[in-house]
Amino acid sequence: MTQQTTDAVLVEEPHFARRMLRMLLADKFALCAAIFLLVILVLAIIGPSWLGDLATKQNLRGRNAAPFDWERGWVWWMGADALGRPLLARIVVASQNTLLVAAGAVALSAVVGTLLGLVAGFSSPRVNQVIMRLADVIMSFPSLLIAVIVLYILGSSILNLVLVLAITRIPVYLRTTRAEVLEIRERMFVQAARVMGASSRRILFRHMLPVVLPTLTTLATLDFAYVMLAESALSFLGIGIQPPEITWGLMISQGRQYLTNAWWLSFWPGLAIILTTLSLNLLSNWLRIALDPVQRWRLEMKGRKNG
Amino acid sequence: MLSFIRKRAVASLISLVGLIVMVFFLSRLTGDPAALFLPVEASAEMKDQFRELHGLNDPLLVQFGRYVGDVLTGDLGESLRKARPALDVVLEAFVWTLWLAIITMTLVTGAAIVVGSLAAFRAGGFFDRLSSIISLLGASVPDFWIAIVAIVVFSVNLGWLPTSGTGSLLHWILPICVLFIRPFGIIVQVVRGSMIGALSSAYVKTARAKGVRSGPIIFVHALRNAMLPVITVIGDQAASLLNGAVIVETIFGFPGVGKLMIDSILQRDFNVVLAAILVTALAIFLMNLLIDLAYALLDPRIRH
Repeated sequence: MTQQTTDAVLVEEPHFARRMLRMLLADKFALCAAIFLLVILVLAIIGPSWLGDLATKQNLRGRNAAPFDWERGWVWWMGADALGRPLLARIVVASQNTLLVAAGAVALSAVVGTLLGLVAGFSSPRVNQVIMRLADVIMSFPSLLIAVIVLYILGSSILNLVLVLAITRIPVYLRTTRAEVLEIRERMFVQAARVMGASSRRILFRHMLPVVLPTLTTLATLDFAYVMLAESALSFLGIGIQPPEITWGLMISQGRQYLTNAWWLSFWPGLAIILTTLSLNLLSNWLRIALDPVQRWRLEMKGRKNG
Repeated sequence: MLSFIRKRAVASLISLVGLIVMVFFLSRLTGDPAALFLPVEASAEMKDQFRELHGLNDPLLVQFGRYVGDVLTGDLGESLRKARPALDVVLEAFVWTLWLAIITMTLVTGAAIVVGSLAAFRAGGFFDRLSSIISLLGASVPDFWIAIVAIVVFSVNLGWLPTSGTGSLLHWILPICVLFIRPFGIIVQVVRGSMIGALSSAYVKTARAKGVRSGPIIFVHALRNAMLPVITVIGDQAASLLNGAVIVETIFGFPGVGKLMIDSILQRDFNVVLAAILVTALAIFLMNLLIDLAYALLDPRIRH
């Protein structure tokens, strides 16, 4: 019954992916951001196996080599660090850890937070209270403070870093999901589903989750930038990622002592962080509009005019 | 109003107790507490002696009771590195951070209200674009990187400002500027959103129809009603200013509680770390209470 009628109604609607692509083309900033993030993602995946050796090979004759030396190979264009290792290659290699930690933390906090939020919004007031109080405990103290104490006690490793960052971000998803669920569950389609005998689980995952998902996607994109900054800060302070592993934050901290004579050691990894977080913020702005059926026309109208 | 305040106070007190319990059990249950408290090079006998002395061999609940008793009487142990009560060390540093936070938040609040209101008054105008650019920067640029670049530019190359430390008013400028960016970016957006709502309301239209000029309309009629969500965000931002303070104080060598915390972690002075966490948590708890009070005073719906 559903299959045929939806097909008939949606016959004019283009495919989801094509539609998103068209809306992306309509927003030049978001398009640049998406392309940049794609490049970074590819570099993060192939970087360590491609440039790993080059990035760790020391060359003491080329210590703190200046950038913009076009005569040497392209990996040297950003200069070299205090041990003569090419900075560009190191930035490419470090992108893997940087993105891995952020992606792990965002994925973990988003999944756990959303599940808890669905449960909190849909179950008895008592369960709801317990979950919300736990979120309050986490939210009421600065995230860096919690991360600092936990990392100190548990020791800093990539896994612990992911866990700590995830824990501090769970309340964000929890609160958003719960707020939305509280509103959605009074709506007609949920009541209709319940009257028709759908189980709670089915209502939660088939009827409510799809409505909350766009908001959560936007939030997760924004949060990715936040978590990246938090990881960089922790690594910069010396309680995040430990050498010989590298992330962009750690590279900035390693370059700090050479600030006066070799600014590029800290400058380039910082620029890498900024460009990535900026792209994520721009993409999140675009997603907020593109995934919102009420505002979507802004992008769709623009796309048609240009194309 | 009293019942509202009481309810909020109890809720945040639960958070405070939650943190204390979490810190205690984390520090006792994961690995060897003696190893946490003592320097890395401590011998096995030293650790045994330490355990005996501080009752680390007692049952966990007994230890917890003693810990709570100590915390309530203000006894947070000795600093291992400075051989002084940890609480004194922390409070000394805390005053510095408190001043840094008060000055920064005052500047941020003032600037955000003015810029946000003007941005809301003319959406798409100069202030609107300025505020959205700063917000984007605040959400995208690592504060420690800004701090480093600021040192290179203003201290090393131009020589206008000192690189680190305290002593003169000039030492405060760079830390405050770096701390300013992120909360400003967030608060200004909330002010703008809230003001746009207030400016399109009926009472503002009435005021305008009566011939009130733009200035009083924005800052007298609309602002009062737009302040409620702003106050909540100011509270949140003041608390997370501590995140920034940890970084800024470390970079600028500012003797506040953030730098103390990182230094004690790197020097493995666990009593000081614990004391610093407790003191900041208590400060945040008190500030949340103040925020709730301000909220109740501003909103008659809560007062009655």
